[in-house]
Amino acid sequence: MTMSGTTDAPRPTAAPKPTAAPRLRAPRRPHGPGRPRRSILLTVLTGVMLLYSLVPLLWLVISATKTQQGLARSFGLWFDGDFALWDNITETFTYQDGVFGRWLLNTLLYVVVGAGGATLLAVLGGYALAKFDFPGKRAVFAVVIGAVAVPTTALAVPTFLMFSKLGLTDTPWAIILPSLISPFGLYLMWVFAAEAVPTELMEAARIDGASELRAFFQVALPLLAPGTVTVLLFTTVATWNNYFLPLIMLKDPDWYPLTLGLDAWNKQAATAGGEAVFNLVVTGSLLTIAPLIAAFLLLQKYWQSGLAAGSVKE
Amino acid sequence: MPKHSRRLLRGLGLLCALALGATACGSDDDNSDQKAVGAADIQAALKKGGSVTVWAWEPTLKQVAADFEKKYPKVDINLVNAGTNNDQYKALQNAISAKKGVPDVAQIEYYALGQYALTKDVTDLKAYGADKLAGSYSPGPWNSVKSGDGVYGLPMDSGPMALFYNKKVFDKHRIAVPTTWDEYVEAARKLHKADPKAYITSDVGDAGLATSLLWQAGSHPYKVDGTKVGIDFTDAGAKKYTDTWQQLIDEKLLMPVVGWSDDWYKGLGDGTIATLPIGAWMPANFVSGVKDGSGDWRVAPLPQWTKGADTSSENGGSSLALPELGKNKELAYAFVEYANSGEGVQTRIENGAFPATTKDLNSEAFQNTEFPYFGGQKANKVFAESARNVPADWKYLPYQVYANSIFNDTVGKAYVSGTKLSQGLADWQEASLRYGSEQGFTIDK
Amino acid sequence: MTTLQSPAATGARPAGPPVRRTRRSWTGWGFIGPFALVFALVFLAPLAYSIYLSLFRTQLIGGTSFVGLDNYEQALQDGRFWDGVLRVGLFLLVQVPIMLGLALLVALAIDSGRLFGKDFFRISVFLPYAVPAVVATLMWGFMYGPRFGLVGDINDAFGVRLPDPLSSDLILASIGNIVTWEFVGYNMLIFYSALRVVPHSLYEAAEIDGAGQWRVITAIKLPAIRGALVIATIFSIIGSFQLFNEPAILQKLAPNAITTDYTPNYYTYSLSFSGQQHNYSATVAIVMGVVTMIVAYVVQLRGMRKGA
Repeated sequence: MTMSGTTDAPRPTAAPKPTAAPRLRAPRRPHGPGRPRRSILLTVLTGVMLLYSLVPLLWLVISATKTQQGLARSFGLWFDGDFALWDNITETFTYQDGVFGRWLLNTLLYVVVGAGGATLLAVLGGYALAKFDFPGKRAVFAVVIGAVAVPTTALAVPTFLMFSKLGLTDTPWAIILPSLISPFGLYLMWVFAAEAVPTELMEAARIDGASELRAFFQVALPLLAPGTVTVLLFTTVATWNNYFLPLIMLKDPDWYPLTLGLDAWNKQAATAGGEAVFNLVVTGSLLTIAPLIAAFLLLQKYWQSGLAAGSVKE
Repeated sequence: MPKHSRRLLRGLGLLCALALGATACGSDDDNSDQKAVGAADIQAALKKGGSVTVWAWEPTLKQVAADFEKKYPKVDINLVNAGTNNDQYKALQNAISAKKGVPDVAQIEYYALGQYALTKDVTDLKAYGADKLAGSYSPGPWNSVKSGDGVYGLPMDSGPMALFYNKKVFDKHRIAVPTTWDEYVEAARKLHKADPKAYITSDVGDAGLATSLLWQAGSHPYKVDGTKVGIDFTDAGAKKYTDTWQQLIDEKLLMPVVGWSDDWYKGLGDGTIATLPIGAWMPANFVSGVKDGSGDWRVAPLPQWTKGADTSSENGGSSLALPELGKNKELAYAFVEYANSGEGVQTRIENGAFPATTKDLNSEAFQNTEFPYFGGQKANKVFAESARNVPADWKYLPYQVYANSIFNDTVGKAYVSGTKLSQGLADWQEASLRYGSEQGFTIDK
Repeated sequence: MTTLQSPAATGARPAGPPVRRTRRSWTGWGFIGPFALVFALVFLAPLAYSIYLSLFRTQLIGGTSFVGLDNYEQALQDGRFWDGVLRVGLFLLVQVPIMLGLALLVALAIDSGRLFGKDFFRISVFLPYAVPAVVATLMWGFMYGPRFGLVGDINDAFGVRLPDPLSSDLILASIGNIVTWEFVGYNMLIFYSALRVVPHSLYEAAEIDGAGQWRVITAIKLPAIRGALVIATIFSIIGSFQLFNEPAILQKLAPNAITTDYTPNYYTYSLSFSGQQHNYSATVAIVMGVVTMIVAYVVQLRGMRKGA
């Protein structure tokens, strides 16, 4: 979660590994001995949820195959005569001197540095909260939650003025710095580190003469890897979809992330002499979420294990 | 006007204060400290070179900037699309508050310019000789860039209104193209009866359209004198507007679809939205956004409030202004003049823009341009005629951007509930005045 | 600001070995320092600045003056603000239980192992979370279109007249639907992950006792993930109270149904960006932050007491 809580408001959340429930003596094997029977009824019922989730996405996929005229004249959930997906993709990448490619690279930059950094800070912070006792510790998370509760749209202008004085507006830093904060990531790593890193192990490393930093990187970090992947996933989505903050901080389209660029294309239809490019907006939207979805699918194994691994350590 | 010195604060106000002379706004002596910049100074600056940052979303400026750089190789025009209208104003307002990152030239729509002029956040161009261009622009746009004696921008384009109508639909149902608003209402009834899916136009409450129609009807709702404002939506002109439009609303003759939405574009293409009273800049949008309607649409003069009259009004359009905190003022002015008064105008017309300069409006080539989209009609004749007939005495509020933002909170109610349009306007009036008073304006009852 | 003192406070008591920490020292700050530093820069400093701003008033004419707590007095009596608070309160009471309930049901269904193709379910329901709000609203805007959108097509095809989802009466529900769509999968995944780590031995014990599925859910699964439920609820409350994106984008399609003070967050946005009333905007935001914290705190207390 970034500071642009407005766009990716810290609405959803909870600990992935939150239960303290009876200590985890026996790891749960997937569908242990008494593997339950599959139920068609339950599958169909849950299938309704599935449709609900996928139908709007279907609209996006189908619409991306249509020309500007096709969008206007055909039924939304079925194909138009012309199949223009490849043309649309080509045009999306070449329109306005290929600025879409630039936006894609910007977004990648923000994700790599912003989400990567956010994950690192959350891991460090969560580890500190879980494994150290330090003055002010109890206040840290309370302050974090309290600050998150203030609507960020009103903080936007003060933030802008401050960043402007620091010379950060209209630079990638204006996007990256606020992205570095993920309150949920901090909470998650706190819970996860409490579970996954045995205090004895750290003590042993210290007794062996390892510095705190060395002990962290060599002993704790590998144990935290699965949780790290999960936090990375959430911060990546948050940064990828960041909208409100870039809208205020950036003027130069050369620094736009994808979301802002698409918004600009969408809006240009509503100005005198502006060219309506709805087909490119739709195709661009699809191209924007495609890498995220691909990453979900490819990394599924990791973040699944990340969410559950804390339990199987013993 | 108050005699004591006023402090006009920009944006957050904590950051900068600008002390102005005794007769703050719109008087002739508040620029006494500004020395005139002659053509020679500007030429010298062009020779010396430098860079100019321009914030604009107008697409045709791209070519103009390239041409300008070619003509003056030492000048670098940095054209930035910092967002479309409101987004850009927010960005500009923020930059002014921060006193950092302010562009040298900014595109500002006519209705929004007043506020920047009032707070002196844009430069009075009189010192650069802009006042001498008065005769070269049509009355509507020129009046819009003037505030008191100052000239706060040069008109870039204009939007003299016309009635775009779908001829195919009118022919099909044998409806005559309306020449008065009464006929317009009649046509709306006939059309909707003949085809319940079709509407005379779409409107869910749009501040731009409402103020333009009030303007045409001879209403003068906004009275602005420096820091004194008054609003009155009950004059005779306003009554004409509310009486007529109320009928369209009551009989559900307006398609409840928001302008510029997907549905709106579809309606323009498939004949369910039969007319569009809008500014003359619209053709380019038709060509790119409503391809399916090509050949169906035509342009007619705006319907009249009084039969036989030929009054028109302006809808949209913007100027290029020089923010006070911008740099390289001479170069910036040179570019603005080139784009809006010089060679750039022709380039922009060729790319689909609608000019504000009378010379171009009246040129034979311009008037005889045939629009394939409008079945070969010489539509510019209609637009140019309209531009001549815009009453020059219209005023916007010095905080019209805010007022327009709450239009749908107030007048919008008339479109979705039993509230009368006149009541909606009264609410709008009250809310706008309240804001004015909160902002320190003197309210003229 | 006593919410969430620690995971333990939310019922998510850090397990692992009994607390045997290193003695109290500043070492921990070395690790949390980077987070704290950036947090102070991007959150606390603007917040402090906002509090400062809330004590002043700036006018277009007349400049800036110190007004003490006048802005707060105005905010407390501001009908436009409190209407918005009530609206998001209603939204909270209806949408959050529906969203979390659906998320929980799907999580339980997938966890039960009785679904065909459960991996497909899990990833598919989660996918909407990857869609930017801008794009999501674009898609739902089409779905809602009473003329040319999906609703319009259904009306034409079946000769019915579905109520207009963009009308004043239904717009809040329509916004709720978009928010639910966006975040159900996210919450589902949180709950599912929490369920995954419930030790299997517990189920075996229950089976021996002859407990049915329902009993396993109520007696074992739900208590086990109570921490996840509480934290999800608290973040959902914050999310609801900060509702902004969806109404702001839908406003373009339903300008008369969504006023510029529709939600408190939208109100602060309008004040700040349309009205240039930064001081009052900051005041409203701070009041809203306090309201949010109070509600979150109450929920946390209640959540902890239940079945504790």
